[in-house]
Amino acid sequence: MTAPATHSAAPAARRLPLPAFVDGTLLTLVAAAVILWFVPSGMGRYGTYVLSLWLVMSVAVMGLNLTLGYAGLKSLAQAAFMGIGAYATALLTSKVGLNWYASFAISGLLTFAVGLVLGFPALRVKAHYLAFVTLAFSTLIWLVLRNEQWLTGGVFGLSNIPRPSFFGLKLDGALAFHRFVVVVTFLLAVVLWWMIRSPWGRAFTALRENPIRAASLGIDTRMYTLLAFAIGSAYAGFAGALYAPLVEFIDPSPFSLSQSFFLLLMVVAGGAGYLLGPFIGALLGVVLPEWLRFAGSLYLIIFAAIVMLLLIACPQGMSGLLERGWAKLTSKKEGAR
Amino acid sequence: MNQVLEVSNLHKAFGGIKAVNGVSFSVNEGEILGIIGPNGCGKSTLFNCILGQLEPTEGAVKLDGRDVTNMRPSELNRLGVSRTFQLLQVFPELSVRENLILAGQEHEGTMLSRFFGSRDAGLTAKAEQMIGFFKLGHLADAKAGGLSYGQQKLLDAAMAFMAGPRLVLLDEPAGGVNLTMLGDLKERLRAINAEQGATFVVIEHNMDFVMSLCSRVIVLAEGKVLAEGTPAEVRANPAVIEAYLGH
Repeated sequence: MTAPATHSAAPAARRLPLPAFVDGTLLTLVAAAVILWFVPSGMGRYGTYVLSLWLVMSVAVMGLNLTLGYAGLKSLAQAAFMGIGAYATALLTSKVGLNWYASFAISGLLTFAVGLVLGFPALRVKAHYLAFVTLAFSTLIWLVLRNEQWLTGGVFGLSNIPRPSFFGLKLDGALAFHRFVVVVTFLLAVVLWWMIRSPWGRAFTALRENPIRAASLGIDTRMYTLLAFAIGSAYAGFAGALYAPLVEFIDPSPFSLSQSFFLLLMVVAGGAGYLLGPFIGALLGVVLPEWLRFAGSLYLIIFAAIVMLLLIACPQGMSGLLERGWAKLTSKKEGAR
Repeated sequence: MNQVLEVSNLHKAFGGIKAVNGVSFSVNEGEILGIIGPNGCGKSTLFNCILGQLEPTEGAVKLDGRDVTNMRPSELNRLGVSRTFQLLQVFPELSVRENLILAGQEHEGTMLSRFFGSRDAGLTAKAEQMIGFFKLGHLADAKAGGLSYGQQKLLDAAMAFMAGPRLVLLDEPAGGVNLTMLGDLKERLRAINAEQGATFVVIEHNMDFVMSLCSRVIVLAEGKVLAEGTPAEVRANPAVIEAYLGH
């Protein structure tokens, strides 16, 4: 599950008169944001919703990619954190009357704090033992969401979740809200891009590759373990805060353990430890099933077969496959010169 | 002369097995101390107890007179104690340069400045200097995992010096390194010792390497100090010959 952790700056970026910190990944994010701003025109309400859902899931997968892909900490609680964020935002906006921006911040802070606490077992247990700790947490959260009807509405969920407005501009329409999701996702992706290319990112990678050696080099492995968990969880909280107004009704089912496994699959299929991997993984997880709808009830079988074939062909996920292809292409070009 | 490191009556037991059994010694500032002994005599366990990787069953470790027993490895490193491991411990997916920057970055600034500051934590020039010093110049951008064993050993050693440590504990630095690279490594260690005054404790099986590099040697056998003295004294010690050198 390991992957190149530092992210190659595209050589093309170096040839352009751009600030030194601009690299290929940032340019890709900017280009993708611009395209996604315009793409839904003419796609209809449902198509726009699927695109928005893809971006929202990408945010949750970005968080898990930090925890698992970069820091190497196996978590099966990402959907539970997304649930915490979604319910916090839904309750704060629809019951308390707080605006979405404050609710978004509170959801992030809440999941950051809970992630920090859940990170403590990670200081003592590793690998599948850690996965089981987070699995227990995931189950606990799902039970709370389902059984504490006075707060969460139980299986009936929470409805009439309002969508935010932007400087008085209503974002109730599918296209307007999609564009809002594009901007928020872009900003969150840029923050993560900056973090991963900073010394923090290098320290997270060291944590994954060799925590004992990392500690001997002065890296506070406890601090970085907790940070990886907390920041990864906060991203799930942010995703939840976007998800609630997107669907306008939430119940416990999208935040169950099986959804955490699905998010994990998106990290692996997209390419763990690649910054753009979550977008590819979420595309496979959210959009591919839609494309396979023509197959009727067989679509899940086809989807599973595609994912299995992909992981057999390239255990480093789609990003690994693309990186290998790009390396071959550039080496051929250089050979031809 | 100042004592940089002082180990007093250190014990480490794994169940009924006493891997380290009452070891005491001290290391003077600027000294190169060798620790030798047959396989399984407790050398690496001793290092791991000194450096906080293992909790000693009994005994104390002092750094510059300060009790650092059970201090976490990252905290010890920030106090100027660095180490290498018996087995290779580089970060294979990072380049040689990135490995070196990683080895020094936590000594630069604060957590916040490392987040908001430059990507290399201002260490590229120092990394380049270290790359040149350890003759890894042509490999600066290569992934560490793709280097030969000997080159990785050199990188491993270079990483230990990135933060300008006062005390360096080297666990079998010569293991698996060819003769040419071994000469380079010895030369580099001597230069750092002479120019920067760094203190070394070296565990090694290569007798020529130890005897030509170290000013004092401690011999361990079955977790205890069997002998201590200059390389010549140790070579001539009948108990040492019986326990180790004669084999």
